[in-house]
Amino acid sequence: MALGDVERQRIARRAALEIKEGMTVNLGIGIPTLVADYIPAEQSVMFHAENGILGVGPSPETGKEDENLCNAGGFPVTLIPGASYFDSTLAFGMIRRGLIDLTILGALEVSEKGDLANWIVPGKKVPGMGGAIDLAQKSRRVIVLMNHTDGKGRPKIVSTCSLPLTAPRCVHLIITERAVIEVQEDGLALKEVLSPYSLQEVVKATGAPLMY
Amino acid sequence: MDKNKVVSMEEALNAIKDETCLMYGGFGGVGNPPSLIQGILDKGVKGLHLIGNDAGFPEIGIGRLFTAERVQTLITSHIGSNPIAGEQMNQGKIRVTFFPQGTLAEKIRAGGVGLGGILVDVGLGTIAAMEKMTTKVRGKEYIIEPALTGEVGIVYAKQGDAYGNLVFDKSARNFNPMVAMASNLTIAEVEEIVPTGELDPEGIITPGIFVNYVVQSEGVNWPWHWET
Repeated sequence: MALGDVERQRIARRAALEIKEGMTVNLGIGIPTLVADYIPAEQSVMFHAENGILGVGPSPETGKEDENLCNAGGFPVTLIPGASYFDSTLAFGMIRRGLIDLTILGALEVSEKGDLANWIVPGKKVPGMGGAIDLAQKSRRVIVLMNHTDGKGRPKIVSTCSLPLTAPRCVHLIITERAVIEVQEDGLALKEVLSPYSLQEVVKATGAPLMY
Repeated sequence: MDKNKVVSMEEALNAIKDETCLMYGGFGGVGNPPSLIQGILDKGVKGLHLIGNDAGFPEIGIGRLFTAERVQTLITSHIGSNPIAGEQMNQGKIRVTFFPQGTLAEKIRAGGVGLGGILVDVGLGTIAAMEKMTTKVRGKEYIIEPALTGEVGIVYAKQGDAYGNLVFDKSARNFNPMVAMASNLTIAEVEEIVPTGELDPEGIITPGIFVNYVVQSEGVNWPWHWET
């Protein structure tokens, strides 16, 4: 089921706590985009946009948009001091080199080993991978923000992904409207249960064993 | 410098015919050359083989060529923002080949700088690496990705001079500098054509040697999705 605005904002606010001083961070489209709104003003973070910006700032005021200054989702942005522009080979060179500290993105499925599936539903939805494979495989840390279950109430956190992978063993942390779950060597560790959900509700909605 | 490369839109469009392999700069419409796209639509060119980052939006940028059914094949990284292109792909009207975005950018760059291809490990362990040639270098596995070139490349620049030196505008740079290098013939649509010598040599992003034609832009002629 689709998440309401309150839940989306709450996931974004929780994810913002994972961003530390001095990090270089790439935010995906959807809930991840909202995370930037919860970074304290005094914190120094470089947001990377794979269309060729390092140092993305807040959205401009209405009427002050620049059609040639947009993020990878196509929405107008501003810059912070120290920002730079570059072409797509450099944008992805930074990613491939491992210079992105943290990528926050959405997912269709995440496995207990940290496998990520978020780019294709064969025969149904084939939009192309865009930069998702580069970012998932090469970022130093990957956090997934998503609904705990899909539109039919089935778990999106599973033992083995049924969809084609974006990248194997790349996810470090999963934040949903119900829980915060860490991918560890020996499986999934339940770190937080988010109100109003109970421990049982989280366990029941998760398709892989949880350590808690 | 032996040549003034500034030509009329009509002369530039002579290079783009039915079934031309056309490479384009731009990302989500930003940096797609608007007047050249309008010219292609007006001229009635069809059956194009396109190479570029994405399919824009149905009424924005390169996406307009899909809406008008002018496209035969597409090599790209993402078409999620253009449901019309997706529908045409699902109906078998266009053939689409996807590459991870960073890999696509480097394949085009390789074509532009005379390389045969690149070695890249992005996508290993996924269906994106299926049926790909791989090789090992110093014990590490890489996909062998051949270079990409086009017959005609179209780019959108902020400023350009008669020699074809180009400067781009903010995030509208994206794929444009690579596309400017990777085709047999490159057409640069320029917002402002300046006298040769006026651009700071330190700031030129695409040296004019890669550019064949410079045409004056009429500017973006579509509403952006964030405006509507």
